[in-house]
Amino acid sequence: MRVLLFLLQKEFLQIFRNKTILAIIFVAPVMQLLILPNAATFEVKNIMMSIVDRDHSSYSQKLVEKLRSSGYFILTDYSASYKDGLKAIEHKKADLVIEIPAHFERDLIRHSKADILISVDAINGVKASVGGAYATQIISMFNRDIRAEWLPATRYNNAPMINITYSNWYNPLMNYKTFFVPGILVLLLTLVGGLLTALNIVREKEIGTIEQINVTPIKKIQFIAGKLIPFWITGLVILTIGFIISALVYHIIPAGSFLTIYLFAAVYLVAFLGFGLLISTYSNTQQQALFVTFFFLMVFFLMSGMFTPIESMPHWAQVLTYFNPVRYFVEVIRLVVLKGSSLFDVKRQLLVMCMFALGFNTWAIVNYRKTT
Amino acid sequence: MNAVSVEHITKTYLQKEQKKEKKVTALDDVSFTVDKGELFGIIGPDGAGKTSLFRILTTVLLADSGKASVEGLDVVKDYRKIRDRVGYMPGKFSLYQDLTVEENLNFFATIFNTTVKKNYELIKDIYVQLEPFKKRRAGALSGGMKQKLALCCALIHKPSILFLDEPTTGVDPVSRRDFWDMIKKLKEQDIAILVSTAYMDEANMCEKIALIQKGNILTVSSPEKITSEFDQPLLAVRSDDMYQLLYDLRANKAVKEAYPFGAYYHVIPEDANKTKELEAYLQQKGQKDLEVKPIKANIEDSFIALMKKND
Ligand SMILES: Nc1ncnc2c1ncn2[C@@H]1O[C@H](COP(=O)(O)OP(=O)(O)OP(=O)(O)O)[C@@H](O)[C@H]1O
Ligand SMILES: [Mg+2]
Repeated sequence: MRVLLFLLQKEFLQIFRNKTILAIIFVAPVMQLLILPNAATFEVKNIMMSIVDRDHSSYSQKLVEKLRSSGYFILTDYSASYKDGLKAIEHKKADLVIEIPAHFERDLIRHSKADILISVDAINGVKASVGGAYATQIISMFNRDIRAEWLPATRYNNAPMINITYSNWYNPLMNYKTFFVPGILVLLLTLVGGLLTALNIVREKEIGTIEQINVTPIKKIQFIAGKLIPFWITGLVILTIGFIISALVYHIIPAGSFLTIYLFAAVYLVAFLGFGLLISTYSNTQQQALFVTFFFLMVFFLMSGMFTPIESMPHWAQVLTYFNPVRYFVEVIRLVVLKGSSLFDVKRQLLVMCMFALGFNTWAIVNYRKTT
Repeated sequence: MNAVSVEHITKTYLQKEQKKEKKVTALDDVSFTVDKGELFGIIGPDGAGKTSLFRILTTVLLADSGKASVEGLDVVKDYRKIRDRVGYMPGKFSLYQDLTVEENLNFFATIFNTTVKKNYELIKDIYVQLEPFKKRRAGALSGGMKQKLALCCALIHKPSILFLDEPTTGVDPVSRRDFWDMIKKLKEQDIAILVSTAYMDEANMCEKIALIQKGNILTVSSPEKITSEFDQPLLAVRSDDMYQLLYDLRANKAVKEAYPFGAYYHVIPEDANKTKELEAYLQQKGQKDLEVKPIKANIEDSFIALMKKND
């Protein structure tokens, strides 16, 4: 224990002396969080909409108004039938058709349920799918407003708390940033966990200090713990810095509890520290470690749902994402930050992450034993 | 009990060369012993297997076959106990460059469960030279200072046996002499010291030496004994045209061996009594300012002869 404490002291001393690492820890999160969400926005505007209103009720008109006033849609076509709507798409007069069925108002009031058909032009994939998603969100928001009107006043008054969290989840302004920022936090944590640890350990190999350490009574497990714990702490510090920036700059405050996020992050970091350790056992130079880590992280990031929704991936790719640890954290952090999910809601993801943590670390330690 | 005992140690590496795996024998059935408190030199050219041998003895590398023990402890079974007792200074400077002199020393003292204060006596002579730089990062030290720091760090836990792998390689001549003085002083503390080097002239500093080449130990003996066993006549030859001289020497059938040595060539003639004839031959070849004199072999001549025989 005393030896471990001493190793930790040494590691922190080295981290705080290394300007590059300090920059990665404290400057990179700020930069990434300030630049990426603004640069990588997928916001789509001016989506051309064709409306087929077969109800002609006050509610259907309200809905159309709501869609128009959202700022994302322009009404370019009013068709009498769904068929005509599709023609509008064919003639590039519309990106999507929204069909409001007859008896829309009646069904909505009686059964508090009504079907709306959205049909999208698949030629401009991004515009279409984003437009479709926007429309769905706006319609369900509209739906909720209606239901709120019809709920008894007393119950409605009891519910404002729920309303706030809901409005977060549904992201009323369709602000892409709210969606993207939590993903960046995951990205940062992954880099610290995976890359910095791998580089740090391989550096000892490269400089030869590991040779000197190996002939001392330091146990391997102490050496490894001495390497991993500082980056585990660093990761959580970065997460905290990230949340402070998100709150100050983007006004994103998790709807759920910080405890859930930090608990998950703690396990997630253990998994990626193990991953970094694993890479380091296979690499002899920092360059090797860098390339190998980047290769994997790139794939992990692209297939995590961070940038493109998992649902829009081909089936085989969707299956592959189950083997991607990043996917789970992206999912969880969005659930907790945007929807306010509780620890209980994400227990399955937490369990999977524990397995990743166990798997990576076992493999790394077995391999570490073998190589030296 | 011997400080070190090595019995039939063999070590091979697999090397990849143009996609083909090649087996390289670094140590080939090596055996020798080192007495307690002895200053033992392992002398051999690059790639002879010195580092491999040290790494096996310091328990960081496993031999393919054979047995080795340090202080009577088996290098495989009792590796933990050995690590408490040996000091190792790898050939490459391997302390933390971003920690200061003081921090490095404290670090190595602490991980051996001791303090700098407790064993200060042992490193005092060396450390006083480092003291003015104790707040400096190790990476910013000069080569000689780095080496002193590495020696201090290897000594700080009061090892009973010290392994120094090519401590003088790449160090200037003055620092080299300093270093050997330090080693001699340490010997008085009853620490067995194994030191490897590629400089043959350093052999005379050791009490006993093992000459190693291509993984084979050619001889284990004291320097005096090795030189006294040199059983051939030897001449030192020079002239004003050294380049042509070597050519002429090697062209002569009466010359067995000729190799550069300082300002001279050392020549082993077939017949010790035909020195005059050799001189006449060289003069006839047009060599001016010629000097030919019989000399006594030194340790390097012995090594060269031994290595030629082994080739
Ligand atoms: N890790 C390794 N993998 C493959 N081959 C190796 C390895 N280490 C050493 N060798 C080979 O084994 C042989 C002996 O190497 P070793 O480092 O023990 O010699 P050395 O006497 O210390 O040489 P040097 O003076 O270059 O340090 C060399 O041919 C070397 O190329
Ligand atoms: Mg070597």
